[in-house]
Amino acid sequence: MKEDKGPTSGCDHITASSTPATGEGGRTGDWRVLYPVISRDGCVVAKTGKPMCYMCWMFCPEGVISKTVPPEINLEYCKGCGICAEECPSKAITMVQESGE
Amino acid sequence: MSIEKKGDCMTCAEKVLIMTGNHAAAYAVKLCDVQVISAYPITPQSPVVEKLMEFVESGEMKAEYVAVESEHSAITVCISASVVGARVFTASCANGLALMHEMLHWAAGTRLPIVMAIPNRAVAAPWNILNDQQDSISQRDTGWMQIYCRNNQEILDTVIQAYRIAETVMAPVMVCYDGYVLSHTLMPVNMPDEKLVREYLPPYRPHTVLDPKSPRNINPVTLADPRMNAEGVLCHGYMELRSLLQKSLLGSVSVVAEAGREFGRIFGREYGIYDSYRTEDADLLMVSIGSLASEAMDTVDNMRAAGMKIGVMHLRLYRPFPAEVIAKAVRETGCRGVAVLEKNVSYGYEGAVCSDLKAALFDHGVDVFAHSYILGLGGRNVSVSDIEEALNRSYGYLEKKGPDRIKGQEWINCRV
Repeated sequence: MKEDKGPTSGCDHITASSTPATGEGGRTGDWRVLYPVISRDGCVVAKTGKPMCYMCWMFCPEGVISKTVPPEINLEYCKGCGICAEECPSKAITMVQESGE
Repeated sequence: MSIEKKGDCMTCAEKVLIMTGNHAAAYAVKLCDVQVISAYPITPQSPVVEKLMEFVESGEMKAEYVAVESEHSAITVCISASVVGARVFTASCANGLALMHEMLHWAAGTRLPIVMAIPNRAVAAPWNILNDQQDSISQRDTGWMQIYCRNNQEILDTVIQAYRIAETVMAPVMVCYDGYVLSHTLMPVNMPDEKLVREYLPPYRPHTVLDPKSPRNINPVTLADPRMNAEGVLCHGYMELRSLLQKSLLGSVSVVAEAGREFGRIFGREYGIYDSYRTEDADLLMVSIGSLASEAMDTVDNMRAAGMKIGVMHLRLYRPFPAEVIAKAVRETGCRGVAVLEKNVSYGYEGAVCSDLKAALFDHGVDVFAHSYILGLGGRNVSVSDIEEALNRSYGYLEKKGPDRIKGQEWINCRV
């Protein structure tokens, strides 16, 4: 997100448009039914403390997994598709049911 | 082939060329300095784009002609080119226009000033290539403006006006004219001076600009409610954007009127929202769109000669529907009834123009009857006597009162 200037009403656009920025598609995290949890005991990056593998980062269609040690998932925008859990060679990602409200 | 002869225009030295309605549309597109043309050939529209391809190929027109594999792609190319700031043109009709249907909504929803010529043709099935107005009438709810022409001069002049209207309202415009009756018929056409056209039509200033230095996504998913964007600006939801389109269209009747007046000032041929012929003191009014209204003028002359007080009203602007203007005009004639003759039908009800006109008369408290007549579908010839037959039927209702004036729609010269 860019600097938050607060809500300014009176949008003058007659055509829907957006700038490429995180969150322009809305808070897509609230679409989720299952959320991913990375096991620190299973993820090779977490275990070794070295940047490697990153198959989860590579396959995430939303770009919400960071290429860091260890990898982090931005749950604000993760839609819970489960592709990361499917692709992780160490089977270190589990999809957990959202509690629901 | 066009034959040149010296013109006699009062305000400017216009050349007069003999040409078809399709070529009149093509010459107008050339005069408007259109930058991108994309179309897929379909009878009877093909000569419009063939002529434009000739202009582009010979270098007479500095435009890009994009050949595509379908009408859906043709309008999509136009949408893309318009979004990046080009003045664009396409033409289609009948099943080709129907194939564009989805993208017609995209063009209007994106507020792109695209102009499309439509030589009206019947929509299959059964297969037919001849004239009626079912194709464009079927697209009336897409958010495009629709203007109907009565002759080849009107086609040329209206295409030029259409760009001015579209680029003011920021909505696409269909310029409709009857297939074959106008599209393939030679008539003398005054050719406006290109310098004067540039004065009338300033270069297009796009409101959507794609700039790599400031990237934007046009038409992202826009859900029900207004939403804060990444810059903290509260952006419209779907309903707000659609409401803005509706407001612009409803407010555009005066834009069309102004474009027609200004055209008259510069070129000596003034255009309005509707045209009327012998409507003064008329008891019965014949209302129509397109070339049928020209044909009706002869009918009315005959019937007036026989002592029947009948006038003709041609609705030039059909979308937005100029309800207030039309209702006022009908009231001012003092007529007791209206017969709407049209080459389309809203299946399961009646002629579309008749329904719209009735709604306008009802809203504005004009107490006259309105009868719907369907003629000339799929190229069935409409003669002066066919129009006379319809008008005679409604004329018989002038003395009736209240519910006795109501009559269901009728098909004229239909042999079942």
